Amino acid sequence: MHELPVISSILKIVLKHANDHNVKQVVAVHLQVGELSDLEDKWMQQYFDHLSKGGIAEGARLVIERTPVVMKCTDCGHTYVADLKNNEKLKCPECASEKNTLISGREYFIKNLEAI
Amino acid sequence: MTDEIRLIEVKEDILADNTLLAKELQEKLRREKTFLLNLMASPGAGKTSLVVQTIRKLKEKLAIAVMEADIDSMVDAEKVAKEGVTAIQIRTGGFCHMDATMVKTGLDAMDTQNLDLVILENVGNLVCPAEFETGAIKNAMILSVPEGDDKPLKYPLMFTVCQAMVINKIDYLTLSDFDIQKCKDHVLKLNPDIKIFEVSCRTGEGIDEWVQWLYDEVKSL
Repeated sequence: MHELPVISSILKIVLKHANDHNVKQVVAVHLQVGELSDLEDKWMQQYFDHLSKGGIAEGARLVIERTPVVMKCTDCGHTYVADLKNNEKLKCPECASEKNTLISGREYFIKNLEAI
Repeated sequence: MTDEIRLIEVKEDILADNTLLAKELQEKLRREKTFLLNLMASPGAGKTSLVVQTIRKLKEKLAIAVMEADIDSMVDAEKVAKEGVTAIQIRTGGFCHMDATMVKTGLDAMDTQNLDLVILENVGNLVCPAEFETGAIKNAMILSVPEGDDKPLKYPLMFTVCQAMVINKIDYLTLSDFDIQKCKDHVLKLNPDIKIFEVSCRTGEGIDEWVQWLYDEVKSL
């Protein structure tokens, strides 16, 4: 739902780095997006195309890699990947504790740019 | 010479700036002993009703102010101001959530040093507000019975980022197939430490437990 602010933040960072490196044209943007994000790849690309029009990032392809939801066990400190889609209770695979905190899974991380 | 494609390292998270500002706000609020509650819910779940009920129970004991966030209009702030507390309306201008910068603007307009509790009534939406840290000391959300007991499955992040959940409109339970136990099980699976309150803002049932929790949280800051 908040594609616009998310994508405009991404574009801002892309343009900053592109300008720092005297880029003529951004070809691709490699992103890591947490699985808890509800933004669809297709819509992210469409918003990006719209916002980047007329600039050096116009036409760049978003290469989106989804990163898993990672939890940290409150009791033993073990970190593990959580599947929130199944209906089982989340349990630490090491100590079976159900107490945990979210480590990652909601990020929009810009890894790198392919540029000319 | 042909242009070669270069790889440029970026390694930046777009939420990083917001998260940093949110942390700064939170530290400032802790120093000032001002408790900021970020209250989130769908449109119509009863955010303003719960805010009004909470003010009525706590305004003699705590100095309270309310920050109303809406895409447009002033109706919520007007309702809250009638209860005799400071209420400011923030128009997000189309934005579907509050971020730390907007919250800072709101807090700067208040005398936070002399406030015990600031309630941020976030934009009505179960999706976006969950993704942006606001600087709040605690997050709470309301799920109302007519929305259905499957919402924790559809909007897991919202139920993950909150420390308290209020199930509102329990006076509608008899008219609905809302399964309160099933709903709680889903929520506790996502977030085992969350406190769950069953209330009806219309009849007043359960409000005292919620208010007591909030009061204890404010006092222990």
